[in-house]
Amino acid sequence: MSDRVTLTIDGQEITVPAGTTLLEAAAQLDIEVPVICYHDATTSNGLCRVCVVDVNNGRLLQAACVTACANGGKVETRNERVERSRRTILEMLNSAVDLHQAPAIQTLMTDYNADPTRFPDAERREHALLDDNPFYMRDYSQCVLCWRCVQVCAEDAQYTFALTFGGRGFDTHIATAFDIPMPESPCVFCGQCVGVCPTGALKPKIQWGMEQGMTPDEIRQSTRRPRRRREETEEG
Amino acid sequence: MESLAEILAPYQDRRRDALLPLLWDIQTAFGHIGPDAVHQISHTLRVPEADIYGVITFYSLFSANPTAETVIRVCTDPICGMAGAGEVVDGLCHQLHIRHDETTPDGKYAVSPTTCLGLCDHAPAALISQHGHRELAVAPVIPETDVSTLSGLASYQSNVSGEILLKGVDGKHVESLAEYGSYRALHYAITTLGPEGVIGEVEKTALIGRGGAAFPTATKWKMTRQAMGQPKYVVCNADESEVGTFKDRVLMEGRPHLILEGVALCAYAIGATKAYIFIRGEYPKATQRLQLAIDEATQMGLLGANIFGSDFSLEIEIRRGAGAYMCGEETALFEAIEGNRGFPRIKPPYPTTHGLFQKPTVVNNVETLSTIPGIVEHGGEWFKQWGTEKSTGTKLVSISGHVHRPGVYEISPGMSLRQLLEAFCGGVMGNLQTVLMGGAAGTFLTPDQLDVPLTFEDLRAIRSTFGSGAIMVFNETANIGDILRRLGRFFKHESCGKCFPCQLGTQRQMEILERADAPLMGDRERLRDIGLTMTEASLCGLGQTAASAVLSALEKWPDLLTVKGQPV
Ligand SMILES: Cc1cc2nc3c(=O)[nH]c(=O)nc-3n(C[C@H](O)[C@H](O)[C@H](O)COP(=O)(O)O)c2cc1C
Ligand code: SF4
Ligand code: SF4
Ligand code: FES
Repeated sequence: MSDRVTLTIDGQEITVPAGTTLLEAAAQLDIEVPVICYHDATTSNGLCRVCVVDVNNGRLLQAACVTACANGGKVETRNERVERSRRTILEMLNSAVDLHQAPAIQTLMTDYNADPTRFPDAERREHALLDDNPFYMRDYSQCVLCWRCVQVCAEDAQYTFALTFGGRGFDTHIATAFDIPMPESPCVFCGQCVGVCPTGALKPKIQWGMEQGMTPDEIRQSTRRPRRRREETEEG
Repeated sequence: MESLAEILAPYQDRRRDALLPLLWDIQTAFGHIGPDAVHQISHTLRVPEADIYGVITFYSLFSANPTAETVIRVCTDPICGMAGAGEVVDGLCHQLHIRHDETTPDGKYAVSPTTCLGLCDHAPAALISQHGHRELAVAPVIPETDVSTLSGLASYQSNVSGEILLKGVDGKHVESLAEYGSYRALHYAITTLGPEGVIGEVEKTALIGRGGAAFPTATKWKMTRQAMGQPKYVVCNADESEVGTFKDRVLMEGRPHLILEGVALCAYAIGATKAYIFIRGEYPKATQRLQLAIDEATQMGLLGANIFGSDFSLEIEIRRGAGAYMCGEETALFEAIEGNRGFPRIKPPYPTTHGLFQKPTVVNNVETLSTIPGIVEHGGEWFKQWGTEKSTGTKLVSISGHVHRPGVYEISPGMSLRQLLEAFCGGVMGNLQTVLMGGAAGTFLTPDQLDVPLTFEDLRAIRSTFGSGAIMVFNETANIGDILRRLGRFFKHESCGKCFPCQLGTQRQMEILERADAPLMGDRERLRDIGLTMTEASLCGLGQTAASAVLSALEKWPDLLTVKGQPV
């Protein structure tokens, strides 16, 4: 078997090493395929599916971030089917999740003519803002379920395993075991999850405080409180 | 009752792959799996607590919070719904003075709706779990059913007819080893045919898998036999959770040894020494009968070490699912056995090279494997006397709904749907309106399509599917909108949530179907966009078929989702 494969992407021929993903090959041709869940530093799981492309006019569209280039493939990165899927995914996502602090997704909404009011009367995934540790805030109403935080906390980086998923389907949410506060979980506050979160769901407390118009002093006060609270409970 | 320590004791040297059985033991004993239990499981199996919590919340039969002593789950999917499941839920709640999903003040009872229990021929059906008791029960129920007698209800008898796979099955009797015979086909394979010979016979049959994906069985076996990794595994897929499907239950309850011999022949052919039977948690009777059969066969030396004095050894282990349609998908099933949430994997790689524990694995449906002993004993050509050139052998179908004799029937593919309904099922009750072919993931057929020959190829040609062999029949009294609503709820309940199109689409699809009697402007178009997006862009077969019935309904009935005759 040859270790290089040749295919066409939007009519342009390209030869790449076997195993190259369609996303990588497209990038080499300066063709931009949109992504939401994909991140250089985390395992790709093919979750968001906005990267889908049409390969050989197949029955199914293929997620470019996890699909390897195949010899002789004819790939279209943007046709009617692809556009419908991307637009509908974006519209559904926007109808469920607070995306106001996800500028990259907002740009995609515009690019794909996604109608922000497409799904009236739709149940949104709403969660209370979680303020349970001195370092970061968790607002899962803004969570798109890209899995990055769970992955960096686990085998992709930290091997701490503080985070998991609760529920399933539409009701899936990022959780600790039994939803215990972060300081009671194995979390070591390395901040990697905050670093990879593509929306405002995970946010350094300082940034959050500034957005709320708090003074640096007030922020410091507020970050100290939870820790003290924890010491008290440990004594008691 | 056993204490937590007693339950944990046999698991001391086990690892993550023992998580599912351990969670079952604890759930059964205490009715929930709380923080203390999770803490100790974490130590015993060396699995992070968060992961264990994630697994518990994935399954609908596990609970992280205390539950009632007796939980009655009533199936409200289309067939049970039509047979009055709603009235049953209300009736039981009324008796107990509670609302849905509420527990009586004394902590004794709770009633909740659930998805298909595979007892569609005795609709409406309920699953009864009582903690402290080893076994669950599945039983037909009526609104007046006395809740205090529920555990004693577990007797039912399905209508069954068939000459090959279902030979001697009457829906009640379980075939013993003495009646079945001492695995003659396996003996012949080991002493005469050899592994390649077995695969050769299967290849001659052109057998197509019965689990729904319609993949040629011999191809799968050959690829797995040739794959490099060791050890290799056989997984018998007994998760049967497709709405309207109960043929595997009838087979397992009636002929457990036929299935075990099929599993053994597959293991021998591909070079595996360990096999799992993954059975849905809602099938207590089938589970029990299979386990007894495994014990019986092992005792007689037909399973276990050095079978028939050869160097072929095989251990068969049963794994119980815990309420997730998703886990019938082969890769999600592997994840479940490995002790993870039942998320499907991205394919490729395929199970033939990277299956269970990332090793080469054959996954086959119960029915597929049960055809093997006959094929090996009589030869591949024998199998082709039934069916058509492309749909060879006999095929089981599960028929429910408005027919006089719902049940499981073994047919020769090629007979028409009309013949099936008339000859086997005693005809349709009332005037036929539609048939939902292939399960929740299938498509609607109308009376003008009744002459379609029941084969993989003919059904595909009319853009329908054999699917899991589920055939749900609806007469003129059925309300299509109601059927669709129930299907919508089913997929919303069962989506695993991994990929966006299905995680979001099943919810949005359900919402639109819920309001289908008073739709909003644009709802038909919304349903179409959601449906096509799920179909084309979802990661796994669940999402890819979650809109199949809905899209076919929109095509068949232009009046659906219209306001005063105007499409919206
Ligand atoms: C959501 C979903 C559920 C499935 N459930 C089952 C099931 O309960 N039993 C089954 O045999 N196959 C089921 N399948 C198909 C399996 O993935 C797999 O194709 C099958 O077990 C292979 O066996 P076969 O080749 O004998 O058909 C399911 C597939 C999907 C996508
Ligand atoms: S919290 Fe952020 S990183 Fe984690 S899954 Fe949600 S959006 Fe992704
Ligand atoms: S299609 Fe549905 S069930 Fe399959 S991975 Fe996506 S969310 Fe999960
Ligand atoms: S970027 Fe490919 S699936 Fe999300």
